[in-house]
Amino acid sequence: MRGITKRFPGTLANDHIDLTVRRGEIHALLGENGAGKTTLMNILYGLVAPDEGEIVMDGSPVTIGDPADAIARGIGMVHQHFMLVPVLTVAENVMLGAEVMNGPVLLDRGEGARRIRALAEQLGFAIDPGARVEQLSVGQQQRVEIVKALYRRARILVLDEPTAVLTPQETDEIFTVLRRLRDEGTSIVFISHKLDEALRIADRITVIRRGTVMGERAPAATSEQELADLMVGRSVSLRVDRGVAHPGEVVLEVTGLRVKDDRGHETVRGLDLSVRAGQIVGVAGVAGNGQEELVEAIVGLRKPLAGRVTLRGQDCTGEPPRRIRDRGIGYVPADRQRYGLVLAFPLDDNCVLTEYQKPPYARGMIRDDRAIRARADELIAAYDVRTPGADVRAATLSGGNQQKLVVAREFGDDALLILDQPTRGIDVGSTEFIHRRAIAQRDAGTAVLLVSADLDEILELSDRILVIHRGRVVGDFDSASAERERIGLLMARGAA
Amino acid sequence: MTALRTRLAAWWRVATLPILAIVLALAIAAVIIVMSSVFTGAGFFPLLPLVAYGSLLAGAFGGGVAITNTLVAAAPLMLGGLAIGLGFKAGLFNIGVAGQFLAGAFAAAVVGARLAEAPVVLAVTASMFAGALAGAVLGAIPGFLKARTGAHEVVTTIMLNNAAALLLAWAVTDLVRAPGFTFPRTGDIGNAALPVLLGRNLHLGVPLAFIGVFVLRWLLDRTTLGFEIRTVGANPNAARYAGVSPLVIVTLTMALSGLLGGLAGAIQMLGVIGFYASGISAFVGFDSIAVALLGRTDPIGILFAALLFGAFRAGAPLMQIETDVPIEIIDIIQALIILFLAADLIVRRVFRVRSRPTDTPGATTVTRAWGKESVA
Repeated sequence: MRGITKRFPGTLANDHIDLTVRRGEIHALLGENGAGKTTLMNILYGLVAPDEGEIVMDGSPVTIGDPADAIARGIGMVHQHFMLVPVLTVAENVMLGAEVMNGPVLLDRGEGARRIRALAEQLGFAIDPGARVEQLSVGQQQRVEIVKALYRRARILVLDEPTAVLTPQETDEIFTVLRRLRDEGTSIVFISHKLDEALRIADRITVIRRGTVMGERAPAATSEQELADLMVGRSVSLRVDRGVAHPGEVVLEVTGLRVKDDRGHETVRGLDLSVRAGQIVGVAGVAGNGQEELVEAIVGLRKPLAGRVTLRGQDCTGEPPRRIRDRGIGYVPADRQRYGLVLAFPLDDNCVLTEYQKPPYARGMIRDDRAIRARADELIAAYDVRTPGADVRAATLSGGNQQKLVVAREFGDDALLILDQPTRGIDVGSTEFIHRRAIAQRDAGTAVLLVSADLDEILELSDRILVIHRGRVVGDFDSASAERERIGLLMARGAA
Repeated sequence: MTALRTRLAAWWRVATLPILAIVLALAIAAVIIVMSSVFTGAGFFPLLPLVAYGSLLAGAFGGGVAITNTLVAAAPLMLGGLAIGLGFKAGLFNIGVAGQFLAGAFAAAVVGARLAEAPVVLAVTASMFAGALAGAVLGAIPGFLKARTGAHEVVTTIMLNNAAALLLAWAVTDLVRAPGFTFPRTGDIGNAALPVLLGRNLHLGVPLAFIGVFVLRWLLDRTTLGFEIRTVGANPNAARYAGVSPLVIVTLTMALSGLLGGLAGAIQMLGVIGFYASGISAFVGFDSIAVALLGRTDPIGILFAALLFGAFRAGAPLMQIETDVPIEIIDIIQALIILFLAADLIVRRVFRVRSRPTDTPGATTVTRAWGKESVA
């Protein structure tokens, strides 16, 4: 790809980007969220038309008008959010749009299944073409996506943040698959913002920032630190110095908690945990093992079936959200756009979303716009939220800035702070910032409950680590004794 | 100065589409006027629409009587439009304004007839209060059902419209029928009639409707309740997260919306109609939807939209007398306006207005379905 430029209203998403991918190499495309990685790949896949620049394949310029063009030219893409139909089988999903026919009407399922098995075998894993996709684990679904691309004879495979949803073991497995593919001559573009993974898997790494290429490096000749500085454009510290925790009295105590999810399955099944003042307790686990329901039950958004939640010794099980919050909880929800913010509202309204009814933001029923605006300006300045002003709508901010706004609002003098996926999908710079603030909160005596699917984040921040598997705590480590491998195994299997 | 300019610019952004929709509707209605005059054998008069619109304008604004007629016709539309606009703010589509209007009119008529001999202040206040309460109760029912069970308010309010109309027809025939009339109707309202403030018919309900606009605007913009309503409308999940109970807010909003619909019925009853009989015109209920959409669910926008629709109603008779263009052309114009607002792509194409989704503050989620689990 040469000189690729793409302008969106108000931003230059790609500014004369050159990217060369050789046959049989894994090329990592590294950059913060909003740096233009996905736009670049969408251009390659024909989803977006570039304003300038050209794409050259095997020495001759090509135009890729739509994804069908891309597929025909041997480009396959595995999106971050899988494009699979859950109720169809593996074979049906793989064949969808490229069916093997037996006559004009009938699918040749046998032939399709045979080809899928052969592909999987070639890659070194087993796959059951007859299994329904909804029954597969996330890691298995990802393999189905890869098989789907290869089934369409992809020579260039683009993977968008492939490890975001995987456990460490699943990540290792997928890396094995990718290396094997590379050795057989497939070119792989690996989009990521995780530095260590890029260093582990890539043959070459291209770093982009704000739509421009900052540099190309060979993994052997660079370091995490150099890559991070290139990505962010300034010197960042990758390891936040956690210091020493001084745990005080127990603030949050959960005993024997049982909670059902929306579909009526019991996903929290007799869970105990406690968090002390001045301590960060990290809950590690593969997504979907009850973390969401656990947090929602603590903050009152979901009624527990059984068990007790006490805050500073007072039972608050099953109380409505506002009463629990008034007992002294700050809560950064996992999904900032669904729960944490009202995207259609300006920043100032969002800054007081959880305390809009309290003085000084309201006296009786009357809102005080001046106090609200003052609070918004204060939070925006203190948390370095990048915005033209407090009156723009939250929807216009980038993900990292939206998250900073939620964090700014929720971090305060509460006794308990619940952080659910506090840095999911946001850039290194904002992550570093939020981690520092979380530690500052702990040092000020707040009890912090951290829930994250990102094991690195858990290991980095937590003074105590709990591993959750199928709604129960299956492992309990202090930060000194925590071993990455053991925790990974516990996350995946519930036993090590 | 710049502040004023940015405010004007913001206002223009919101108002562009409704104004262009009106222009386009008038243009197409003009073609229909010319064609229908040809088909009915009256002859081909290409300038007829201009003459007709001229008398429409004269009938609506030409002189004191015309203007008071416009204001009197606009007042119930204003309250009805506010009722629907308020619902929109919470993500609710209250199609039940027609039923709430009837319930309000009925309650005001019955209480008014009872207090016909009472002192004016008492009679008027009590009848208005009865009308508002009846509308609020009728609105609260679908609100509660939605909040508790997820039953969609569009379905429940439409069904309640029929239930209310039929129930009231029975009530006026069998329960509160006044003696001495050849058809079932309620008694004279006597002292409960709204005092006429100006001219022949400008009654107290007109300033009340204008006050309603500013009260609602204040409620939505300046109070915590208004913030809760807007939050539930914009993102019910975030509302729950923030400690707001969608159950309470949805029920309350529908009750308030019904209250405004009932008030519209009450002022129409006590200021214009005078007695309840089955079959009284409930056009207000449906025209209010058009008013709210044309006003982009904003109280001030609704004020202007109601004035426009009131002007159509008030001016149409003169147009028919002077130019033989039937009053029904008004319905066509109103329908076209709504059509163009709903399918705004047409207007954008015709007038080459660019779509700027991020800066249309008037754009609102009209309605949203949600299940039990998000409210429980």
